[in-house]
Amino acid sequence: MKKDARFYWNLFYSAFILSAFTFGGGYVIVALMQKRFVKRLKWIDEDEMLDLVAISQSAPGPVAINASILVGYRMAGIPGAFLTILGTVFPPFIIITVISYFYMAFRDDPTTRALFRGMQAGVAAVITDVVIGMAARIIKIRQVLPVAVMALSFTAASFFNVNIILILMVSGMLGAYTALRRGKSPAADTVGNAAPYAGENAASNDGAGKKPLRGGKEGSE
Amino acid sequence: MILLRLYWSFFIVGLFSFGGGYAALPLIQEQVIGVNSWLTQAEFMDILTISQVTPGPIAINASTFVGIKVAGIPGAVAATAGCITPSCIIVLILAALYNRFKGLSLVHGIIKVLRPAVVALIASSDLSILAAALFGTAGFSFSLSDLDFAALGLFAAGLFTMRKFRPDPIFVMLGAGIIGVIVYAI
Repeated sequence: MKKDARFYWNLFYSAFILSAFTFGGGYVIVALMQKRFVKRLKWIDEDEMLDLVAISQSAPGPVAINASILVGYRMAGIPGAFLTILGTVFPPFIIITVISYFYMAFRDDPTTRALFRGMQAGVAAVITDVVIGMAARIIKIRQVLPVAVMALSFTAASFFNVNIILILMVSGMLGAYTALRRGKSPAADTVGNAAPYAGENAASNDGAGKKPLRGGKEGSE
Repeated sequence: MILLRLYWSFFIVGLFSFGGGYAALPLIQEQVIGVNSWLTQAEFMDILTISQVTPGPIAINASTFVGIKVAGIPGAVAATAGCITPSCIIVLILAALYNRFKGLSLVHGIIKVLRPAVVALIASSDLSILAAALFGTAGFSFSLSDLDFAALGLFAAGLFTMRKFRPDPIFVMLGAGIIGVIVYAI
């Protein structure tokens, strides 16, 4: 592939368009990336794209940003990653900048307040729906540890104001500990691994589906 | 110095938000309302609402908005840059590791236990969002006289619609907004 100005423009443009027209979170954008980079441009083959998606879901940070960094880096090294990051960040940056000035001008207008009050109830409904789906998926794994971690974390954060980064660190270390211990005892290995992969398959099917927010949370599993 | 604070706060958000868009929610809430008091709970609700009905990751939308409010366009640039710096570093390291150890069982092991914690934290954020939507953000009294019955109705109808018909969430949010204008403003 020739790495001329047109190639770099195409890389930036792809990231920009994907970001500008993707409502509903990172997992939708990942599905659309697959369509554009694998099917249309044929820059990356299907299997490699799946690897990139897996990595972008394992890393912290917005999945859309992670995936675009990986695609850009894969295509053209650091300059490529730089271009795809810019392409992905520009649309929300511009849109929110414009909206925030309007917001500051109109925030006290009664009609705007009414609109926001209504939308906030809708937003609460959407997020509650997401939380119900996510929690159900954790419970469905039918293992003690994940459910216990979920219950304890919720109690600690909601009722005892425990620092959330502390909660994340403790559960991350617990995960590392169980993974390492499992790695050492071969007997526990099969048992321990069967369940998470079952969960993961279900999750990735969901993530590839077209329900953006549902895919958004469950694909993360 | 305010730019540095913005950069650092959103660096923390980017660094610890494992598991997709909503995972950033509790972290943003803590950094922006708790640690720094850059926004009130009411403003946080507004920016959350805006970022839900516009394209783009919540973390990027929130960092842009908070940055502008605190320090104008330079603030937005600093906050957004902070938010994506950890991604840049960690994703490239993971990509290098991934090619050598396909599968990353340790990372999978960590994430397996991290995920329920993330779900719990999102649920905890959701609780405060729900309280703010239903009771208003003035003081969290939770007394029945402060309960906004119209909002409760909209919430219940929205949740029912989401669970039952699984529409694109944007329709539920915009629909609730339009009904809100009719109920509250007219």
